[in-house]
Amino acid sequence: MTSKIKVFPGTPLREVDFKEGKILYRHDEMNGQYAWDTGIGIGSYLAALKEGVLLGSYCRSCRRTVVPPRTVCEWCFRPMNSYIPLKDTGTVNTFSLCYITWDLKRIKEPEISAVIEIDGASPLHGIMHKLGEVDPEDVHIGMRVQAVWKPADEREGAITDILYFKPIKEG
Amino acid sequence: MSLLERYPNAPGAWLGELPITSRYTAGLAGERFLRAIKDDGKIMGSRCDRCGITYVPARQFCERCLDELDEWLDVGTKGEVYTFTLLFENLDGTAREEPEVVAFIRLGDGGLVHKLDEIHLDDLDIGMLVEAVFKPETERQGSILDIAYFRPTSP
Amino acid sequence: MGMRKVAVVGAGMTKFMRRAQETGKELSWQAARMALASCEMTLDDIQAVCLGTAPDAFDSIHLKGEYLSDGAGAWGKPYMRSYVGGGTGVFAPIQGWYHVASGLFDAVLVVCEEKMSSFYPHAQGAFLTIFDHTTERPLKPNLLWIFAMEMNRYMQTYGISKEDIAHVAVKNKRNAADHPCALLGNPDITVEDVLNSELLAWPVNRLDVSPVSDGAVALVMVAEHVAKRVTDKPVWIQGVGWSLDTAYWTNRDLAYPRYVEYAARMAYEMAGIKEPRKEINIVEPYDPFDYKECHHLEGLLLADRGQAPQLAIDGVSLRDGDMPVCPSGGLLGVGNPIAAAGLMKVAEIFWQLRGEAGARQVPGQPKRGLAQAWGDLMQVGTVVIMGTNP
Repeated sequence: MTSKIKVFPGTPLREVDFKEGKILYRHDEMNGQYAWDTGIGIGSYLAALKEGVLLGSYCRSCRRTVVPPRTVCEWCFRPMNSYIPLKDTGTVNTFSLCYITWDLKRIKEPEISAVIEIDGASPLHGIMHKLGEVDPEDVHIGMRVQAVWKPADEREGAITDILYFKPIKEG
Repeated sequence: MSLLERYPNAPGAWLGELPITSRYTAGLAGERFLRAIKDDGKIMGSRCDRCGITYVPARQFCERCLDELDEWLDVGTKGEVYTFTLLFENLDGTAREEPEVVAFIRLGDGGLVHKLDEIHLDDLDIGMLVEAVFKPETERQGSILDIAYFRPTSP
Repeated sequence: MGMRKVAVVGAGMTKFMRRAQETGKELSWQAARMALASCEMTLDDIQAVCLGTAPDAFDSIHLKGEYLSDGAGAWGKPYMRSYVGGGTGVFAPIQGWYHVASGLFDAVLVVCEEKMSSFYPHAQGAFLTIFDHTTERPLKPNLLWIFAMEMNRYMQTYGISKEDIAHVAVKNKRNAADHPCALLGNPDITVEDVLNSELLAWPVNRLDVSPVSDGAVALVMVAEHVAKRVTDKPVWIQGVGWSLDTAYWTNRDLAYPRYVEYAARMAYEMAGIKEPRKEINIVEPYDPFDYKECHHLEGLLLADRGQAPQLAIDGVSLRDGDMPVCPSGGLLGVGNPIAAAGLMKVAEIFWQLRGEAGARQVPGQPKRGLAQAWGDLMQVGTVVIMGTNP
């Protein structure tokens, strides 16, 4: 049918059509303010972060340690058995050098986002965070890193209590 | 400690927002509908003869048969109050001394939700006839707010 | 399995645009009307409507299913919006399929719509909201992070270069030059153009990414006895599959989409396909980023792990190659109005199998095609296999 139809519906606009008032439009803003209950697993995760600890949880039947901690194992669907304090060190599973902020501002020095497999958690189990104190050129998959924490009195029970992860100097 | 308990010092809630800002085009029918309000002070409907429906606000298509609606008509600026409510609170939850009157005004087979003004609350009645009061032409922007409000009128 | 046969008999789509004047309702209507007209059916013939559309935030409209219902032709009919993120566009026809296969309805209209330009000035802000609000969003993540990191892991695991992957963007944007609805078709684009385009989030450059877009696509899906009445070229749904991986994307193998493999195996089994590489003539895998096409071809078992980029380099996946991949131009070329983009892939297989794809027509009278989409937080795979035989 596409072979028979020459004109498909749709009216593309250019940005200037808005600027020059050629079409009518309306700006609006969602007033979306929320208080998300932290729940049991993530509430405990945040409390532990405030104390400078990365917390995971362990499922005895799957022999799996996950991070962030959750109360139910999604593989066997049984309750997890215990919380496990993990190390604040890990290995870079993957990373990106991002030259654009979340709201599309261009930046000169890239933000380095990474998935970090946390020591003590099961293989491939990591968290997303940022890397710092490192030349972007030197970042590589497999790099060993350690959390850099905010001073204890400034921590608020948030993932941002870890400022970033920095390379562990080898040797 | 048990996994079914929260750490005693765990924060109860994480506060945040959804930073969403939007720009909505009026659309094909909306463009024509709002321009008629802005330029001519007219409220337009569109008619599906097959289904026997006059859509207000005017639409580009009939939702019952999906035909394109070519027949546009001026449905006038007067309509009946189909139902109404009195608002004693503002959107932010603060109290109002005088209630705001919001009504659904029947026009064609559809209608508009809008404010009522120039009205005594005792006179409010379902079925009463009201008419659109337009902002001065120079202040109109091609918005539903180019109609300032509706007020009581006679046939 | 006790299921009835289901055929696609009509399809319609709007242009894919950076900013459409039409409202989402009007886009849905344009596609729905065109799909009905293409098989000379009317809304009276339709018994139920399936709508697919991505997160409400992208159109900046809550209750998007309800909002789009009139344009989708849902008035007075059984109607439901399905939603599995980017996988929605290939899930909605699966929903349409089981509506008809189950015997509940004889004719169903499937509509997918997205109007992402409503998110202004930057749709990126909406993507922020897909991350976990407590454990990830405070880091101010950018949607690009997650793709860039997955691409990086994929490249590192198999020793693939950015240049290898850029061949996919070139192929799809060139293919899109023949699509009358395409936003970014370019017959002259080169690998160098992709590699030299603006660096967004290493390893992702501007031309590795599909554009946010507005658009809608619709299909008419019917039972066998209706199909025989309305067309002599029905395209049959031979298999469907869908599957989900863990909700924690950082607890997952980022180099291989196992969830796509699960979805594919489900669909292959239903279609009686034993050797997919020999039995599938055309593929429309989901390609919001160029590496994703490779990722998905491997998950679909149509390429060995780490070998998919070679298909584009060697010309196997070109429109006149042995296994054309994204002959439509894909999301990279036609555009990415999320749910509509997925359904566009199903529509493309429909047109290709009927020999109606015009300048995009794959040679050799293809008999069977596969469309696949992917989404949620990088974890759902949806697959539809279609053929000229029931």
